[in-house]
Amino acid sequence: MLDGTAQALIQGVLLGGYYAIIAAGLSLMVGVVRFINLAHGDMAVLGALVTITLTQVLGMPVLLSILLMLPLMGLLGWVMHAVLFERAMKGGLLLPILVTIGLGAALQNAMFGIWGSDTRSLGADIGSLAWEGWFLPGGIILGKLPVIVFCVAVLVIGGLHLMLRRTKLGRAIRATASDREAAEMCGVDAARAHRAAAAIAVALAALAGVFLAMRAQVTPYSGPAQLIFAFEAVVIGGLGSLGGTLIGGIVLGVSQSLGGLISAQASLLTGHLVFVAVLIWRLGRDWSADHGGWHAGLVAQLARRVGRRESGAEQ
Amino acid sequence: MTRLSVEGAVCRHGLLTAVRGVSFALEAGEVLCVIGANGAGKTTLMRALAGAHPLAAGRIVLDGEDVTGLGTHARLRRGIAMSPEGRRLFPDMTVRENLMIAAENGRAGDWTLDRVLAAFDQLEPLLDRPAEKLSGGQRQAAAIGRALLANPDVLLLDEVSLGLSPAAVEGVYRALGEIKETRAMTMIVVEQDLTCALNFADRILCVTEGAVALEGRPDDFTRAEISNAYFGIHEKESADA
Repeated sequence: MLDGTAQALIQGVLLGGYYAIIAAGLSLMVGVVRFINLAHGDMAVLGALVTITLTQVLGMPVLLSILLMLPLMGLLGWVMHAVLFERAMKGGLLLPILVTIGLGAALQNAMFGIWGSDTRSLGADIGSLAWEGWFLPGGIILGKLPVIVFCVAVLVIGGLHLMLRRTKLGRAIRATASDREAAEMCGVDAARAHRAAAAIAVALAALAGVFLAMRAQVTPYSGPAQLIFAFEAVVIGGLGSLGGTLIGGIVLGVSQSLGGLISAQASLLTGHLVFVAVLIWRLGRDWSADHGGWHAGLVAQLARRVGRRESGAEQ
Repeated sequence: MTRLSVEGAVCRHGLLTAVRGVSFALEAGEVLCVIGANGAGKTTLMRALAGAHPLAAGRIVLDGEDVTGLGTHARLRRGIAMSPEGRRLFPDMTVRENLMIAAENGRAGDWTLDRVLAAFDQLEPLLDRPAEKLSGGQRQAAAIGRALLANPDVLLLDEVSLGLSPAAVEGVYRALGEIKETRAMTMIVVEQDLTCALNFADRILCVTEGAVALEGRPDDFTRAEISNAYFGIHEKESADA
């Protein structure tokens, strides 16, 4: 039982690497551009299907396919932001949501039209990496692919962090996120910084999609589920925090993995429950901070209700 | 040589006209102080010059080039930089990063980080401190330093002394005075403190309800004339009083 729990914990941490990669792009968009792309999961699937096609139809090595696909998806992100997202952002809060829901539906149908509804995977193209692992004491198995995915997640998030801190583009992106107009007053082309962030976000989603296709199967309609996992990791880790995204991904992965010990069906449910619990805790913490603490807030609420009841009785 | 000219500038906030047909021209190296009561349209005029507020009518010409249609970052690269009201530093970035942003995205020129630190010596020990942890005077110094690092030909400074202690105001104006002496930069300064404005400016522009009420050299007017224009008191009302 203890071995099973330790195994589940390790698998959960490693699974968190995948969630962190897909959530990092979403976190960048939310934190920097203040834009929620509900087609983020579909971008991941598109990246996976493009890589599968380059590998299985054109016969390219997997690594070369990924290296070719990533800039293409980055370019797609740049163009989408320039022609679609920027215009949607000028239309208030609701329009970006409607536009990205529509974009997601259009992408799903386009992918269905091109690739059909068959499930596809890169598992067969990566050879023994798909199933090989290291055997640790206590019967614990460390899958090579999950370890690679986790290492890539750490590298991606560390690299993003360094890029945002140490490069001209990174500082421009952070300045734009902090105060767009003030950034423009410093000579930063804010629209360009947003497009660059969108390009990075879509490329990261596509990278996550490739890892999904290596460890499981994808269909044109797999995107929305991946979007939910990405959202959960972002919210658990804290909106817009890259380091938090890795932690959020790990918490989600561990929750699902430990839930899987109860039953196969409980795996996803446990992840969702942890997400809801974190959300309630965050909302409660913010409410408490706004009302001068839990005690003061509850007393004020109670006094208000009593006052309302008494004034109603007088009338 | 005319550095900047503003011709019939009109700015609106929805239905409200905040700037009404303001025109003026500035020579290279000249310092103009824009004065006026709260809500007179000074900040809107400055934002329009920087490209952060659209002109409803009129035009802005910099070194003979019409820059009216250019955005804020494009105007900065043409040579108009602004230190905005409220300083608008990036709070979670360090002072060094705040300064680097303008240096990296602005124009090349004489203003380097070392020169800014020499002009505002209080910034040197604060370089690695987040901007949100600075005092009001330090923030103003960092905001002006940030604008200078873009190496502008025209420097716009909005509400220089607002919220600062007398010592901080004196420090900021001392540094600005040294820049003024070089006559290398045209400056437009929005200032509510009349004494500061009159001491610092080559020319003053008094704005009342969005329109120019008074324009000229500080010596051309009595303090009473300036105060009347500042508060929008017309000569007849003044005589009646």
